[in-house]
Amino acid sequence: MLKLLKKIVTTGIVTEKCKAPKDAELETLGIEIKRRIDKKFSGSIAIRQVDAGSCNGCELEIHAINNPFYDIERFGIHFVASPRHADVLLVTGPVSRHMQTALLRTYEATPNPKWVVAVGDCAVCGGEFGQSYACCGAVSNVIPVDMTISGCPPTPLALMKGLLGLLDR
Amino acid sequence: MNWTTTFLTQHVGWIDPEMPDKPIGDYIGGIVHHSPLNNVAVWQIADKHWQHFAITAVAEKLRWVAGWAEQANEQFMVNACFEKHGVYIVLRTLINGTKLELPTQATVYPAANRSERHTQDMFGIKFIGHPDNRRWTRHQAWDKHQYPLRKDFPAQGSPADITPPDMHYDFIKGHGAGVYEIPVGPVHAGIIEPGHFRFLAVGELILNLEERLGYVHKGIEKIAEGRTPESLARLAGRVSGDSTVGHCWAACQAMEQAADIVVPARANLIRGIVAERERIANHLGDMGAICNDVAFTFAQMQFTRLRELWLRTNASVFGHRLLMDVVIPAGVSCDVSQLSCELLKKDIIQIREELAEIMLAVDLNSSLEDRLYTAGYLSPEIAAAFGTVGYVGRASGQDFDVRRDAAYAPYDQVSFKVALEDQGDIASRFWVRHKEINASLKLIERFIQLLPEGEITTTWKTPAIDSEGLGIVDGFRGEIISYIRFAADNKIARFYPRDPSILNWPALEKLALNNIVPDFPVCNKSLNGSYSGNDL
Repeated sequence: MLKLLKKIVTTGIVTEKCKAPKDAELETLGIEIKRRIDKKFSGSIAIRQVDAGSCNGCELEIHAINNPFYDIERFGIHFVASPRHADVLLVTGPVSRHMQTALLRTYEATPNPKWVVAVGDCAVCGGEFGQSYACCGAVSNVIPVDMTISGCPPTPLALMKGLLGLLDR
Repeated sequence: MNWTTTFLTQHVGWIDPEMPDKPIGDYIGGIVHHSPLNNVAVWQIADKHWQHFAITAVAEKLRWVAGWAEQANEQFMVNACFEKHGVYIVLRTLINGTKLELPTQATVYPAANRSERHTQDMFGIKFIGHPDNRRWTRHQAWDKHQYPLRKDFPAQGSPADITPPDMHYDFIKGHGAGVYEIPVGPVHAGIIEPGHFRFLAVGELILNLEERLGYVHKGIEKIAEGRTPESLARLAGRVSGDSTVGHCWAACQAMEQAADIVVPARANLIRGIVAERERIANHLGDMGAICNDVAFTFAQMQFTRLRELWLRTNASVFGHRLLMDVVIPAGVSCDVSQLSCELLKKDIIQIREELAEIMLAVDLNSSLEDRLYTAGYLSPEIAAAFGTVGYVGRASGQDFDVRRDAAYAPYDQVSFKVALEDQGDIASRFWVRHKEINASLKLIERFIQLLPEGEITTTWKTPAIDSEGLGIVDGFRGEIISYIRFAADNKIARFYPRDPSILNWPALEKLALNNIVPDFPVCNKSLNGSYSGNDL
């Protein structure tokens, strides 16, 4: 237990914070996101992530925005386990046809008002896979998309910037 | 001389008399290096011996590695790959277009089960005597009598506007008082890939688990056809995003074999560095996630922090956090400067120190011990029967690593210790990853030391029509196989990537048994199969 506590204390807080920003861009971005969320969503926005055929690359980077460096939750953005709890659907992948109905049902299960963000090149335009017997291509071919975040996969910073763009609408 | 010589001598009578052009006799004489697949012997037999071969092979303790088919005009070519002591052979047979049947190998090798069902769904080849006649890769996106990998099936297909959900899949039913079903997925609660799990439970205990995958089937094998080598490498790098280096390397190795290209030594060493960096990044993520699934947040935060630092170095040295498209046909896309080497070395020193501290804290934590030890037990026998690879196999005593046992450049220049555990539980799979990280750190240091001056790419040569290659590398999940055949004009005719998850997924159905349902997430995470790599 002592080893554990020692490691916690010596690690300190790595979250890139306001007073001594290691990454100024991230910090300004975060503050801006927080301001808009406070104004429009009373300080909290709930995201449900849906993988609709991604290669798992986007999921790795979406995970990363929850790591102690980005810690997106401090700005009021958190991930939820059910679409019924969500304000925003974060959809990745070139919508494999085998996931089409599941995506539609997830969309229907999300209460209004809701926003859909297509994350990654596949979700934005079909990416490396495009449209085929197995894929529907862009997410907008299946459900209405409010916002896109490109990249293969988008970096955590690009994801945060993208979410900021959503709040701007 | 190796086991193949004696093994093949015993079965010379099975050679298909109608295919005398294959120089099988040379193998029996011990000459192995003239195969169309470079170092891998190809043995073409008559279709009627297909199952007999498997029976003999299993008696000789050959591991079933991969199975794939291909349409060649009116005929279909079916392949199965086997391995023993790091030596691979490809078994091949041609079947006629009018009677598309082959005796199954799945009764002998459980690992061949889903692969044969995939071939059935994609080509319409029936495996006689197969123990499970349910569809596997096909859900409802194409008709029962359509076969996407046949030449007359257009890549666009003729899909409905809305593909209906996959209903009426005949899951195993449980009977008796107190047995209930829990359907989970395809959309899961976390930030993970989609798939369906069907539990039969009694109280909290898992009585049976059945996986139903295929939700992220993207038609990779079909859309690979007609691509150029560069484009194929990009696609291979997206078979499974977490193994982008592994898959890309395997595909490039196969293409380079087909084109008879020797990659510069410097490029091979850089490939080795990025492959080991990929392994470490994923293992750090997995170890954190395993701890998170038993609510030990301290470790999760520490591991994700180390992972983030590691990925940032990837971005600054190689230009991509996940190292996508660093490996390209005939070399690598990115050189490492002296300065970068110093940064990589500094990184290694830091992570080693930090990891030592964290692992000490983790090891001393009894609540973690309670959850991870004995949970999710996979016996060495079952691990061997399914031919499991990577950390799943190595945590259950399967002492196999492509990097050591079928060493390819640059691993042929180094020696390293393959991590091994034999407890077979989640803790074993956790500690194997830790050992592998340490081994990989040493390997990266060694590769940097060995890095010679020189080019990082060589000139691409258009391969002859019909030239084939079989890439075999060790990704972070274990052995990755990549088969390539070229058509004319530098175009791909056939691409089949076999992700290690294909061998590891069936093991999850076994290791979850008799665990409690709430422990399933951590069991699943300890195996960490790729859905995308499985569904293709």
